[in-house]
Amino acid sequence: MTEPTIVVEGIKKRFGNVLALDGVDLEVEPASVFGLLGPNGAGKTTMVRILTTLLSPDEGHARVAGHDVVHDAEGLRHEIGLAGQTAAVDENLTGFENLEMVGRLYHLPRAEARKRAGQVLERFGLTDAANRTARTYSGGMRRRLDLGASLVGRPQVLFLDEPTTGLDPRSRLGMWDLIRELVKDGTTLLLTTQYLEEADVLTDRIAVIDLGTVIAAGTADELKTQIGGEVLELRLSDRARTPEAAGAVIGLVPGGAKVDNNTGQITLPVGGNGPAILTEAIRRLDAAGMTLDDVALHRPTLDDVFLALTGRETEGLETESAPAGPRRERRRRRGGEGRT
Amino acid sequence: MSIRVASDGLKRRVGWAVHDGLVLTRRNLLRYVRIPPLLVFATIQPVMFVLLFRYVFGGNIANLPPGAHAYVDYLMPGILVQTAIFGATQTGIGLAEDLNVGIIDRFRSLPTARSAVLAGRTTADLVRNLFVVLLMTAVGYLVGFRFQDGAIRATLAIGLAVLVGFAFSWVSATIGLAIKNLESVQAASFIWIFPLTFASSAFVPIEGMPGWLQAFARNNPVTIWANTLRGFTLGPRYLAFVNESIGGLVLKSGLWIGLILVIFVPLSIRLYRRT
Repeated sequence: MTEPTIVVEGIKKRFGNVLALDGVDLEVEPASVFGLLGPNGAGKTTMVRILTTLLSPDEGHARVAGHDVVHDAEGLRHEIGLAGQTAAVDENLTGFENLEMVGRLYHLPRAEARKRAGQVLERFGLTDAANRTARTYSGGMRRRLDLGASLVGRPQVLFLDEPTTGLDPRSRLGMWDLIRELVKDGTTLLLTTQYLEEADVLTDRIAVIDLGTVIAAGTADELKTQIGGEVLELRLSDRARTPEAAGAVIGLVPGGAKVDNNTGQITLPVGGNGPAILTEAIRRLDAAGMTLDDVALHRPTLDDVFLALTGRETEGLETESAPAGPRRERRRRRGGEGRT
Repeated sequence: MSIRVASDGLKRRVGWAVHDGLVLTRRNLLRYVRIPPLLVFATIQPVMFVLLFRYVFGGNIANLPPGAHAYVDYLMPGILVQTAIFGATQTGIGLAEDLNVGIIDRFRSLPTARSAVLAGRTTADLVRNLFVVLLMTAVGYLVGFRFQDGAIRATLAIGLAVLVGFAFSWVSATIGLAIKNLESVQAASFIWIFPLTFASSAFVPIEGMPGWLQAFARNNPVTIWANTLRGFTLGPRYLAFVNESIGGLVLKSGLWIGLILVIFVPLSIRLYRRT
């Protein structure tokens, strides 16, 4: 049994009257990708700041790569890399100078710092922009440079705080590729995100955090099972035939269906068999001569996770800071049904 | 044995602290290379002050002390101190900027000496102040100012002005880290900096001020620094007139600088650790 790379025990942190973290426990295995998933204000950033020695916890203990985050902060800083929510690069330095500076601040010899700066730029497709000041970079390029800066020290453990927030859909996908690439080196990665989809794509294990506590943890699959996998939503043109339609399709799923006779809406948790059940449901309804106004098959969103786990909708989610990508994606999948 | 190990550790730590401070000094200075207008505007205002004071007030200042052949000889030492203090406000503004873009979080997550961000910023501002002060002196020379007591004392005068600026950089750092908001930092700096520099002997002899203001101006450290610079630039006749020795003035100047550093270096470091 190897010791987990990150061990968090009973961490509490208070800011004035706000309890940002209320007794968080976490374990992250070596060379794995761990996702901290939650809405704005859940405490994700506070957790990252504690694990990267930027904040001291009020209570509890945390060890990262064998170093206590409070008592051995100095030793720990040699082992970690951090890329925060904003691209923390110096606009007045070139891409190369930014990375070289970070290398020098990791106490690498100048030649080594320069070598690694060149390698990181190459790896992140920034070689052509190496000698331009970061001021001239696009948002996506800045994020890549920022992520690159967190890698110059070749950290054992990497912390990425909402690495894709604010990026357009294309840059977002590019960032996902980069992150997947990083993990191949055996780096342990902890990332925070507001998007279940992102956690699903990138992480091995997820902890859902809300109001400063972990409300669910497991693999993406476990979480999805916990909240019912995919969801099929059907809306009948003729609302009067809703019970008849429900009777026709309910046998397709092991669990029950949610039927709303007033709106003609039938909601079926379909687990992992979405497409097959969708096809069969439409076939049966068609055979019975029933037409549909709307069909939507969607993966559980963070809203669904929260609805399932806490019984309330998320707040402060998908404000102006959220990228357009997942929102558009969801609209498409939901067929424009739009729950509000 | 363990004492030697500890002192080796200390030596290494100090070595890295200097190294990290210099890496960040370079970073802060590159900003002026990349955005030349920053340096142009940082120098235009002080140069403009020299010319305005020289030509607008120059003919109307009575009671010039011996050693000052013209007002510009009196003005230059004072305006160098004033400029260095004004220039120091950039320290707090720069730190507030860095805090707002999140780059200080990155520095703090690196195995970099805790002192490096503040040391790098104040050192860069010292270099910038030195540049501005030298340029002003050159402009002063063009409009009649002369050092009258040799090159060594001229160098000491410049050095003292820059050192005063360095001390105020730490005051400014404290303000920047305490307030954090960029516009507020700017506004907060000028509230105290104008009365401090103008209610002194920096621009005019204090004998012409009302009695209550004289009491303040006489004890204002800016007066002491300006007079010490004059001791260096105007020479023995001035010193005899103000009944001071250069050693005494340097001691008083040094004590004030030391006092500011003793208060504001630990204060700004403490604030930095908490941000």
